[in-house]
Amino acid sequence: MHIVDGALAYPVVVGGAGLAVAGILRGLKDLEVERIPAAGVLSATFFIAALIHVPIGPSSAHLLLNGLAGLVLGWAAFPALFVGLLLQAVFFGFGGLTTLGVNTLALALPAVIVHMLCRPGLHAQKIGVAALWGGLGGALAVAMTAALIALALALSGQHYLSAAKLILIAHLPLMVIEGLLCAAAVTLIRQVKPNLLGLFDQSLARG
Amino acid sequence: MAQILTPVTRRLTSRAPGAGPLAGLDPRTRIIVAVAHALVVISLEHLVTLLAALALAILLLLSARLPLASIRRRLAGMAGFMLMLLITLPLSIPGTPILELGPLAASAEGLRQALEILLKAATIALTLLVLVGSLDAVTLGHALARLRLPTRLVQLLLFTVRYIDVIGQEYARLRSAMRARCFRPGNDRQTYRSLGYLVGMLLVRSLERSERILAAMRCRGFQGQFHRLDGLALGPGDVLFALLAALALTALIALDP
Repeated sequence: MHIVDGALAYPVVVGGAGLAVAGILRGLKDLEVERIPAAGVLSATFFIAALIHVPIGPSSAHLLLNGLAGLVLGWAAFPALFVGLLLQAVFFGFGGLTTLGVNTLALALPAVIVHMLCRPGLHAQKIGVAALWGGLGGALAVAMTAALIALALALSGQHYLSAAKLILIAHLPLMVIEGLLCAAAVTLIRQVKPNLLGLFDQSLARG
Repeated sequence: MAQILTPVTRRLTSRAPGAGPLAGLDPRTRIIVAVAHALVVISLEHLVTLLAALALAILLLLSARLPLASIRRRLAGMAGFMLMLLITLPLSIPGTPILELGPLAASAEGLRQALEILLKAATIALTLLVLVGSLDAVTLGHALARLRLPTRLVQLLLFTVRYIDVIGQEYARLRSAMRARCFRPGNDRQTYRSLGYLVGMLLVRSLERSERILAAMRCRGFQGQFHRLDGLALGPGDVLFALLAALALTALIALDP
């Protein structure tokens, strides 16, 4: 769920944009020429995968997959997710233009945190343990995204508190589902193409 | 699934033939005006000025002669968030002790607030879709490069746009293979595991594709710079449009008490 234009207070819009720009610039540092094709194709993949609808009870929701994006892309998740949000805002009317910064931050900051927390666990000897870390990362990222969106609303005014609570509750089922889904995705990646997980880990110049 | 994806992705790479007075505008003028417009509109506070801004946006939409059906579908994208605000705001505003006019008056205040946000979001989305959303995504990338966005970010954007289509087809293939094996999504762990494998497989295939792309680019001596094949030039129409837009935005700010 992306925040629309007009819902946030000016300081929140500016602060979110500033932090998002910092994150994007940090992410671009990791994108050497050699990595741009991989980052671009993976960014397109996350764009498509986020269109997948999963059934939740009687209704359905689309995936966020920012946890998985963080596990694979690291800091590069910032520019990759920003590009996806920009395309969605301009061509599909999802989210907003002035809220682009806050929405990017809400998706990409959890991705980077998950990368730092759970990425080492993906190299566990047993694939089951790696899947567990992957699942944890997927669920954690959704939880943090919901918390950041709720925080952005709460900072914009007292009257958003119940909307913020509603967002937190609405993301709970998605958290469980993305956890299960990321665990399965990590299991498959570990078996088929393990080097996908080390792609954006260190600078090419050093590594 | 293929039917759902194709219209979505095709919009990114093929431009609908533009018509009307806006067709000749430089993409850079469009981007700058759309951003300035959004920044002005979110700062407006009065319902009357917001309605005037919406009227201007609709005027812009009509003069661009875009197919209305596509605009309607795009505006539906923010319906979920708006619905939530429309429900929660009138209920939560009475809680604030600033307004002690009784629950009825207070919730009317909340509704007004929700309506304000709805107007702002719709006005900005309309203007953005008309001015920038009618470009094709490659032109948008080139215009952003001319506006001094980091080269790497623009290249990432262009790569993403180029491969959304390809990956979308890959996804449709995997999905129909699953359907052929009787996969039907439901509320069970089997569904989530299968979709997880689907996403994982999509990532694996994407990475392998990107390895082939990189090899092909190396083979042709890629050094980190794309050549821009467009000849963007600002014309008298751009100056006129920018002046009109500046006038309209100043008027909106002046009218907003």
